[in-house]
Amino acid sequence: MNNLLVANSVSKNFGKFTALNNVSIEVPKGSIFGLLGPNGAGKTTLIRVINQITMPDSGSVMLDGQPLQSHHIRDIGYLPEERGLYKSMKVGEQALYLAQLKGMSKSEAKKRLKYWFEKFEISDWWNKKIQELSKGMAQKIQFVVTVMHQPKLLIFDEPFSGFDPINANLIKDEILQLRDEGATVIFSTHRMESVEELCDHIALIHESNKILDGKLQDIKREFKTNTFEVGLVTSNEVNLTNLIKEKFDVSKADFKSLNDDLKLNIKLNDNDTSNDLLRFLTSKAEVNHFNELVPSASDIFIQTVKNS
Amino acid sequence: MNHLPLIIKREYLTKVRNKSFIIMTILSPIIMIALIAVVAYLSQLNNSKERTISILDESGMVESIFKNTENTNYVILNDVSIDDAKKQVEEKEQYGLLHISKGESIDDVLDGIKFYSKDTPSITLMEGLESKLERKFTDLKLQEQGVDIEKLKSSEARISIAQESFLGEKSSKIDNVVKLIFGGFAGYMLFMFIIIYGNMIMRSVIEEKTSRIIEVIISSVKPVQLMLGKIIGTSLAGITQFIIWIILGGVLMMVVSAIFGINMAEMQAPQQELMQQAMETQGTDMKIQSLISSIYNLPLTNLVIMFLLFFIGGYLLYSSLYAAIGAAVDNETDTQQFMLPILMPLILAVYVGIFTVIEDPHGTVSTVFSFIPLTSPVVMLMRIPFGVPIWQQVVSVLILIGTFMFTVWFAAKIYRVGILMYGKKPSYKELYKWLKY
Repeated sequence: MNNLLVANSVSKNFGKFTALNNVSIEVPKGSIFGLLGPNGAGKTTLIRVINQITMPDSGSVMLDGQPLQSHHIRDIGYLPEERGLYKSMKVGEQALYLAQLKGMSKSEAKKRLKYWFEKFEISDWWNKKIQELSKGMAQKIQFVVTVMHQPKLLIFDEPFSGFDPINANLIKDEILQLRDEGATVIFSTHRMESVEELCDHIALIHESNKILDGKLQDIKREFKTNTFEVGLVTSNEVNLTNLIKEKFDVSKADFKSLNDDLKLNIKLNDNDTSNDLLRFLTSKAEVNHFNELVPSASDIFIQTVKNS
Repeated sequence: MNHLPLIIKREYLTKVRNKSFIIMTILSPIIMIALIAVVAYLSQLNNSKERTISILDESGMVESIFKNTENTNYVILNDVSIDDAKKQVEEKEQYGLLHISKGESIDDVLDGIKFYSKDTPSITLMEGLESKLERKFTDLKLQEQGVDIEKLKSSEARISIAQESFLGEKSSKIDNVVKLIFGGFAGYMLFMFIIIYGNMIMRSVIEEKTSRIIEVIISSVKPVQLMLGKIIGTSLAGITQFIIWIILGGVLMMVVSAIFGINMAEMQAPQQELMQQAMETQGTDMKIQSLISSIYNLPLTNLVIMFLLFFIGGYLLYSSLYAAIGAAVDNETDTQQFMLPILMPLILAVYVGIFTVIEDPHGTVSTVFSFIPLTSPVVMLMRIPFGVPIWQQVVSVLILIGTFMFTVWFAAKIYRVGILMYGKKPSYKELYKWLKY
């Protein structure tokens, strides 16, 4: 069993509105799975189905090979996008309460919380009320509360909103570490740079339908246009450009470079390899930049959503 | 996983530790008692003021009936003209002057009785004087017509009709008053409890929504559990507050009366004084005795059991509705449109209780309303002291429990959807749609 979580054609309607239409996803064990999609696409509904907050109209969800049951609540840590804590409750008390709701014993919870509070250097907040903390501080508590029961599956909905860059980095590192320790992470966001950095698998949901999923690498390969960014040193730019244009599809490129080169995007011809292109170029001029253009997650996102 | 005890504990502790809750719990009885003490003190101050009233009895018929009491001194004036008497009373700053002029016959005398005073005299005082004079003059007139007063007094018959049902249950007028007080108290308690703590539940649901913790919580707990935990936890806090109020109130009452020497039980409004005067002729001892026996005669076991059942059932019924409202809205100002349908039956119940149960505890109106679940807790509680057949009580409780389960189901549906809805104020139509999600 390589998939920790499998959703089989999950559908959910709210009255006449379809929030999810036969959506299936497979989240491999130990992966960071990016759940992407524009606002209102149905990501949150899918996450709520996984958390058993909302029951699907049809379809099923399997966690670790078993159909989802109430005892699985223990195995999931969920950080919702709409998140908060009891404002007038003390930090420690609140964390203990939430831990116990997740099924931990009080002493166990205390031990785990101590570990996390020391790790984040926030031990002296234990007796403070949430309303005395800043938003960023409260977010840290919220993160600790989400992960403290060592769940197999972690679900983060826009985890970085509300964090300054330093703390966002801290949280990012924690997420990576948790992954390395064996947790599987579902990660829902619109922030494509964090997808690029963290995710190894993605699924793209648009207007209640899943329109794309798979390994990020594979998807990128699928979306690549066989175009190369090239920097050439030459005395006669026009001549050289025309020369290349005779054989290849060429457009102007824009990238940072130390030299004042001729910068071009060159698309490979079918059946050519990059070596063929490189050979051709080296025969005409000095090549000081050669880089395959890999589509960014953001490009893929925009392109797929537009085309669907 | 059953998290209900955990949730109840949290709800209870947060309520009980809340500063304003603590302040309210302690301050309310203090303020109440202080208020009562002030009123009692003031009215005692008023009563204890010594009054001196001069009597100028030119007829010489009634002098003897004016005997000094604790608060009133009577000064009998002799051989002064009315004008001098008036002057004298005014100079001495006495309370007033009662003038009984001379007359040929008793009827003449009756026409010539006047009270002079600086300000308008108190009603109690005047009533007191009038009844004294009336009694004396009645006696005098009877004597004039040759009636032996002693014989008349001894032959007065005093009637109190004994009431008994066909089944042999005895009751009396006092019984009815006692029953009314018991029933009314029970019904009113429930009414107050629902309003105060129902609102508290609603606010605590709204708080969970506005602080956005709700989704974190219900990813580990079923919404129904959370809702029930809230209702039960808040109710326990409410009961705690109620008990503290009663104990603290009782203790304070004793302390205050010990310190200031004010007997609050005897605190009386002028109207009560009048009533007492009217009742003076009847034996007070007998009254107390029949009062005790009528309390004793109440179906106490039945009353206590049914009080608990209807109180819990009625309270849970309403509080689940309050919880549903809290879940449906984003802030307290939006609750108005949904509050009315809840308050209406509650207020109706109290009115039905007060107006029809007193008149006819087993009439059609009271009977019907004691079966309708939204009004039955209050109305039935008011009816039970008058003796309601057990089958009626059982049926009413069963209807109440059935409705309660339905409302919890209904409220849980709305709650489940509502707690995750933000930003829009739902209409009734939308609430109906939520039921089907």
